[in-house]
Amino acid sequence: MTAPKTLYDKIWDAHVTHEAEDGTCLLYIDRHLVHEVTSAQAFEGLRMAGRKVRAPEKTIAVPDHNVPTTLDRADPATMTEESRIQVEALDKNAKEFGVHYYPVSDVRQGIVHIVGPEQGWTLPGMTVVCGDSHTATHGAFGALAHGIGTSEVEHVLATQTLIQQKSKNMKVEITGKLKPGVTAKDITLAVIGETGTAGGTGYVIEYCGEAIRDLTMEGRMTVCNMAIEGGARAGLIAPDETTFDYVKGRPHAPKGAQWEAAMNWWKTLFTDEGAHFDKVVTLKGEEIEPVVTWGTSPEDVLPITGVVPAPEDFEGGKIEAARRSIEYMGLKAGQKLTDIEIDTVFIGSCTNGRIEDLRAAAEILKGKKIKDGMRAMVVPGSGLVRAQAEEEGLAEIFQDAGFEWRMAGCSMCLAMNPDQLSEGERCAATSNRNFEGRQGYKGRTHLVSPAMAAAAAVTGKLTDVRELM
Amino acid sequence: MDKFETFTGIAAPMPLVNIDTDMIIPKVFLKSIARTGFGKNLFDEMRYNRDGTEIPDFVLNKPQYREAQILIAGDNFGCGSSREHAPWALDDFGIKVIVSTSFADIFFNNCFKNGMLPVVLPEDQVDLLMRDAEKGENARMTVDLAAQEITTSEGDVIKFDVDAFKKHCLLNGLDDIGLTLEKADSIATFEEQAAQARPWV
Repeated sequence: MTAPKTLYDKIWDAHVTHEAEDGTCLLYIDRHLVHEVTSAQAFEGLRMAGRKVRAPEKTIAVPDHNVPTTLDRADPATMTEESRIQVEALDKNAKEFGVHYYPVSDVRQGIVHIVGPEQGWTLPGMTVVCGDSHTATHGAFGALAHGIGTSEVEHVLATQTLIQQKSKNMKVEITGKLKPGVTAKDITLAVIGETGTAGGTGYVIEYCGEAIRDLTMEGRMTVCNMAIEGGARAGLIAPDETTFDYVKGRPHAPKGAQWEAAMNWWKTLFTDEGAHFDKVVTLKGEEIEPVVTWGTSPEDVLPITGVVPAPEDFEGGKIEAARRSIEYMGLKAGQKLTDIEIDTVFIGSCTNGRIEDLRAAAEILKGKKIKDGMRAMVVPGSGLVRAQAEEEGLAEIFQDAGFEWRMAGCSMCLAMNPDQLSEGERCAATSNRNFEGRQGYKGRTHLVSPAMAAAAAVTGKLTDVRELM
Repeated sequence: MDKFETFTGIAAPMPLVNIDTDMIIPKVFLKSIARTGFGKNLFDEMRYNRDGTEIPDFVLNKPQYREAQILIAGDNFGCGSSREHAPWALDDFGIKVIVSTSFADIFFNNCFKNGMLPVVLPEDQVDLLMRDAEKGENARMTVDLAAQEITTSEGDVIKFDVDAFKKHCLLNGLDDIGLTLEKADSIATFEEQAAQARPWV
């Protein structure tokens, strides 16, 4: 009998193509997602070495980081010249190397981590990589998915493999039920608040427990998306009926006899009883509150009912980091989080740009108006999410409330496109990073769930969403 | 890729924890489709005022650290994005070695792909190197990858661990893709077997 394995062990073992004596492995890659910012130098490298893409049928490209999200974006003048060059380079490379491609003009275009699952490219048990740290998102399907640098993008294009050392196994269990107003975003932020941004370094996390099982695929993607903010190489959730129901019928999902064969394997993708985890973190679902970030690291998480901490509340190097964060964020120690006034609300990103996120925000906004002077935008994660939201009447709710209704892209999550914060502008954002300057030079970011973002838009302050429910 | 040779250089102290990739190279500079030229925007928002003038207090703007080749940094260096522009910017500036108590995974890997050496050491040893680096240009450290040693200006020798394969690639300036393509038969065999076992992929 073989030793019990974790889900990560099983996927890893199924993809080892070659193992050297020192344990260095070549791992086979089933899906390679590509966007415009981290791929141009990789394609150029192939061209200079006279190499081809080894498996263009497993390579999917879509522009997302640079693309404007305004309705007039078909007009080239909406992009800076540098952005246009990057997007045009992807157009050209996708065509020349023959990979699957969703151009800006295609309704299926969107954020790469939303398009992959939506089109059925991401399937349980696969290895998925992309030159983007939020590739962790795809782990929600029980796929081993992680970000890579541009040199590794070139390596995967040329060889369809990656040189890897195996990570350690970490289990994050969320027991029990979530309280009303608490969402997948609160779970994933609460975990990072607990472990810190380096707590997952060297590990692949498997999220499990009742509160995780109860999540939809959209919620599970939100949780896994931010595994990287906890430092983990990847986050995983074992596939189950929720997963299979989501996958079935997607354009690139298997069909007929192949579906049956796939299901036979997918149903074996769980952690065996007694398998070893090197680290275990357990949170009680019912104790998780709606949370916000106060600082400039995703680990700076507090329940919305809390107050801004003082640097002296921390230890070691974090004292100076907290002092710097509080100053950068323009806050005062002891200030109530619900007293923090917000200028801008951003709903979107690969963390929270899916249909369920839009539904949650619209639920809060129904029949309400955003605060006077508030700048608020919703950026659907893909053209198809946008279309569905329009069909469900969500777009109307957002627009009636005073939100801008945008086209799909990464938008203000990373401000590589025209959507940016100005100096000192304070934003409640559903994205994933509150780093200094992330949303624009000297911009200030508070990470929240879509429902909390909607609540802040209405009141003009960080707000406990439960008061509006 | 150039071979990683033993060198003696100036070390700059950056004790801040969680230095993220957006600090190392803000996204507005990710729009180039080249691999070079990012050094002038390394740590851009910490290094320059909005009008482009230098912030004199920033460590790499101080006269004694302008030629730094080694960075001694706080915990969790390079967290955040997968952007290889971060190591490209450090490399373009002239930084060859970064020492910290821990690094973010993707950044760590990206360094090796560019002939750079990230060194993980326990806190007390990072503290010792930090104090040495704070002495300015008089603190010249020697990094010997073959021996896996850093020697401080005081002559203290600190040993470090490094993955044997990554060390071999750095010392010999090896190209990963070339090495992997030597195993093309293994890849082809795997693909044939996987096509049988998981034809839907």
